[in-house]
Parts: sequence; C-alpha cells; structure tokens
Amino acid sequence: MPLNIVVCIKQVPDARTVRFDAEKGTIIREGVDAVINPVDLNALEAGLSLKDALGGEVTAISMGPPQAVEALRETIAMGVDKGVLLSDRSFAGSDTLATTYILAKGIEMLGRFDVVICGKQSMDGDTAQVGPGLAVRLGLPSVAYVKEITVLNDGGLFRFRRETDSGYDVVEVEPPFLVTVPPLLNTPRLPSLKGKMRAKKADITIYNANDIKADLKKIGFEGSPTRVVSTAVHAFNARKEMLSGTVEEQVRALIGRLKEAGLL
Amino acid sequence: MAHVDYLLTEEQQMIVDLALRISKEKIIPVRAELDEKEEFPWDIMKELAKADLFGLYIPEEYGGLGKGCFEMCLALEALAYGCIAVTTTYAASALGGYPILLYGSEEQKRLYLPDIASGRRFTAFGLTEANAGSDAAAIQTTAVEDGDSWVINGAKQWITSGGEADVYTIVALTDRNKGARGATAFIVEKGDPGFGFGKKERKMGLRASSTRELIFNDCRIPKERILGRRGQGFIIAMKTLDLARPGIGAIGVGLAHAAFNEATRYAKERIQFGQPIISFQIIQHMLADMATQIEASRALVYAVARTIDAGAKDFAKVSAMAKLFPTDAAMKITTDAVQILGGYGYMKDYPVEKMMRDAKVLQIYEGTNQILRNIIGQAINKEQIIKDC
Repeated sequence: MPLNIVVCIKQVPDARTVRFDAEKGTIIREGVDAVINPVDLNALEAGLSLKDALGGEVTAISMGPPQAVEALRETIAMGVDKGVLLSDRSFAGSDTLATTYILAKGIEMLGRFDVVICGKQSMDGDTAQVGPGLAVRLGLPSVAYVKEITVLNDGGLFRFRRETDSGYDVVEVEPPFLVTVPPLLNTPRLPSLKGKMRAKKADITIYNANDIKADLKKIGFEGSPTRVVSTAVHAFNARKEMLSGTVEEQVRALIGRLKEAGLL
Repeated sequence: MAHVDYLLTEEQQMIVDLALRISKEKIIPVRAELDEKEEFPWDIMKELAKADLFGLYIPEEYGGLGKGCFEMCLALEALAYGCIAVTTTYAASALGGYPILLYGSEEQKRLYLPDIASGRRFTAFGLTEANAGSDAAAIQTTAVEDGDSWVINGAKQWITSGGEADVYTIVALTDRNKGARGATAFIVEKGDPGFGFGKKERKMGLRASSTRELIFNDCRIPKERILGRRGQGFIIAMKTLDLARPGIGAIGVGLAHAAFNEATRYAKERIQFGQPIISFQIIQHMLADMATQIEASRALVYAVARTIDAGAKDFAKVSAMAKLFPTDAAMKITTDAVQILGGYGYMKDYPVEKMMRDAKVLQIYEGTNQILRNIIGQAINKEQIIKDC
C-alpha cells in the first residue's frame, strides 16, 4: 500500500564548525555551516526506506528562515519527492509549543498523510518535545524512540520496538501515526547524482503564517510560554599541570599524580 | 592561496563532491581491511550504484547521465583519492560497458546499458591472455559459428572483476589467418554454458580488486551476442582502451594526491633535530616536485578528456599521453611519500605503503607505459605535418 510519508527536519549549525561566545552566551553563527540536524537524517532514511518498500511519496517539511530551503534541497537529493518550508518573521522565538502548532498547521496543508517521522531531538534545542507534541496537535498516536520498524499487512499495520529506560516495548499501530527515531536506527543514504540535479531545479513550497492560517497569538514569542533567559557555555576549569623532563620522568611523575588522586 | 582553477561547471563540481564524499565516508575507513583480506568491495559498488555513478558515461536514453570522458575522469580521480583497487573495480565496469556503448546494436544497447547504468549488472572486459599481453594480436581464444550460436574456446587472463561481473565483453579469433582483422568482439554472460572462471590471482597491490581467468570450454552463446562486425574485434578493443586511458591517468592523479597529502601532513608533524622535517629544504623540494607533478598530470588528463569530449577523432596519441605521464608520476610520488615517512612509511600502520604497492599496476595495465610510448612514438612518426606550437 503506497504511503504518504511526512518527515520533519530542522536546519542546525554544523557541530563540527560551531563555536560559542562564552561572554555573551550565544552561538557564533558567522562562518558556521548549516546542516540537517543529524538524527533527522535517520528520520529521512526511515521514510525513504518505507517508500522503497511500499511505494508512495515522501515530503520533507521544516520550519525555519528562508535559507533552510537549502536543507530541503538536500533531502530531495537523497530521494525525497517534495520539500515544504514554513517561514515567516512572526515564527521567530517559537518554543516547542508554538513550533508544534506551526508544523501541525503546515502538515494539514499537505492533505492526506499516513506516517509522520521526526528525529528524536534537535542538536541545538535538544528538548525532544516537538515529535510527541506534534502528534498531540495532529491527533495522532505517537511512538517515540523507535529502534526497529516492521511493516505488517502491506503497510496496514506497523510494529515498533521502542526503547525504554529499563528495556523495550513492542508496540503495534495502524496508520496514521507519528514516530520519533533515535540516531543509529539506520545508516542515512548519500545523495545520488540524479537526485542532486533534481534538487537544484526543485521548487520548494514556502508557506508563511498567512498561508497556513496561523493564529498569531499561538506563534512566535507571543505563543511561547517558555523563554530562553540565558545560555551558558560549559567551562572546563580543571587544574592544569604540564609535566617536564624526559619521557621516563614524565611517565613516573604522571603515575605519581594519578596515585595521589586515587585513580591508580 | 590560489589553486589551479579548472573551471568546472556546477554539475561537474557536484560529481566531484559526491565521489569525494563516498571516498572519505565509505572507502577510506575500510581500504586497509579490504586490502588485507583481498575482499571484493561489493558494499562500495552498491553505494556507487545508488549514487548513479555507474550511469555517468551512459546516455540518458539508456538510463544514464550522458556525461563524457571528462566527468568520468573527475569521478575516478575523487574515488582514487580513497583507494585505487576500489576505483579500478568501478573503472573496469566502464571498460566492459564502453564496447557496447560504442559498437553495440540498438537492441544490445537497450538490453544491457540500462542495467549497467543502474548497477543492476556489473561488467568486465577481456582481451589479455597468457601469451598475449602487449602483443594483443597473439590471442588464441577462438570463436566458431555453429548454426545459431558461436562456440568459444580458450582462456582470458588477469581479467578485472572476473567471476564477479555479470556481463563480459571479450575478443576472440574468428579467422585465424586474417591476422589482426581476424578477431571479433562478443558479449558473454555469467551462466552461459561452458563459461567458467579460474583461480583468483594474489597480487602485490590492487588487492581488493578481483583478478581472475575467464575459461571458455565449448562456451555456446547466441549468434546475436556478436559485438560490432566480424573482424572488428581489435578495433573495438583499441577504441575502448583509447577512451578509457585518460581515466587511468585520472586514477593516478587521485592516488598521487592522496600520497602527497599524507606526506605533507607527516612532514609538518614529524619533529627531528628539534624541528618539523618540512622545515628542511630537501623535504620541501621533494614535496614541491610532487605537487608540481600532480598539477601537471591533472592538467594533462583534463585537457585530453575535454579534447575527446569535444569530438576529436583520432585521439590514440593524446589519450596514451594522458595515461603515461600521470601514472609514471604516481609511481614516483607514492615512492617519495614512503621515503618522507621513512620507517613509518614502510609499515602497514600508515596508508602510503599500500599506495606505493597499488601505484605499480598503473604503469602496467591498460597498456604498459612502454607500449604507450610506442603508440605516441608511432603517431609522431606517422604525422605528415610537423605542427608549429
């Protein structure tokens, strides 16, 4: 049975190049590459392999600034059929409550959908709330931290193995539903050349607040009961000591220090 | 600091970026293990297929991307930056596919090219025999017409991807007394009656690539598997090799660049006599020669590939140059990289010893560099007009 699959993605600063301004407590955005949130690549892979197995269509959707179009193009290079960006100045400052509202309004614009897949959490916000929150907004059953996906009845029923603190649950659910996936669920595919060429020319649909008929009280700062008051960079203030002398002397001194500290 | 700008189009840059990404993410992490175990790189071939790279040179109407010799060279160089055994496996499939592309009937093209482009079927090329290497005209494998079939007898030696490939383009004698005009090309499929494989060779380098004998023992194939016309076999083989040779040059460039990078990184880190060895002029001069030779090789390969794509007709000479110079350079550069790493370079813990072992084959396969000098020399001898610069 062909499925309409929606994958939510977020564009985030590349962790490999990101730096922090310790004094201001902010991320230095200049000269930092923007990438697809790493675990969202696992969500994309999950969506694309469902399409490979059952047929259907994969739509990637994102809320973000206009430049997030590039992230959606990347998903098309991987094999996604359609990219949708929800972008409006009034979305700025949205917390997870407002974000799930905006994403739900955007997904409702797509018409019929069977499966919504989200990465477990973004590497910048790190809340892991958007997936389950979005399920509530859309009125869908939600299964979080899915480690294994089994398709039954030609896509009429899905069996998931869900990670818990003490072990795992096995959950069965009929579409439509929402799942969130952790890293290491799968190996995200690389783009293909044909995909990259298609991505270059692809039309990315952009919806603003008006298009999705968003209630302005529910979005942005106004729709966000939580506020980030300050951000602090972890400081590593451990005592430093440089050992000197020959290699043998340094090793002897190091063993001595480790013994003093009770580590050896 | 500026690098030489080869003015790639956006699509060409895409090919480089993707092939290089595969090199770094999928090839480099496993190359030492593949080499050690002499393991055929099927997983990587599947990645290349998914990336559409097998269809690079195949026209769009047959499911490919319709790119030329130049784009092939770009992909080969980026893959060779990771491992040339893996890259040779990929290149050998093109070597098996080119004859079908160049000389196949419309039906043959429709039957084979879409499968080759998608990576569903993997190809190989068989010309060399135990007693026919540089002297390709000395082949002894025969093909005899028998009703609706051709019956092939003989053996091909050192065939890259032998046993692994599904489709083989091979050359056999159909008229023993017509000399070079007595050979004909055929398409043989794995599973054809009487078609088998000999032992897998154990090699100095290129160990992840499979090199095996093809054995034809009253191998019977349908009549329509003849490729091109009867007697055209050597022309097909030579034209195929002419088209493929710049790609071997490109493999040399990628390999040499990888060795150069290893040597440079090491020279900056290695402290002797109280300073990084790159501060010594002798090391700087070695690196300077390496960098210059790489750039000269790359420029030659790209220029010849673009000449071919622009529609040049008789390009055997320039194509031979585009393999000769970069592969001799790759041998020298990989050897010097081992030298710069010294004792460490000789150890398997560092990648340059494999690079040096691998490099040697580039001077031997697809026409030894001595035979290439013959081709270039004979062309110079034949040219009526001595061209001004």
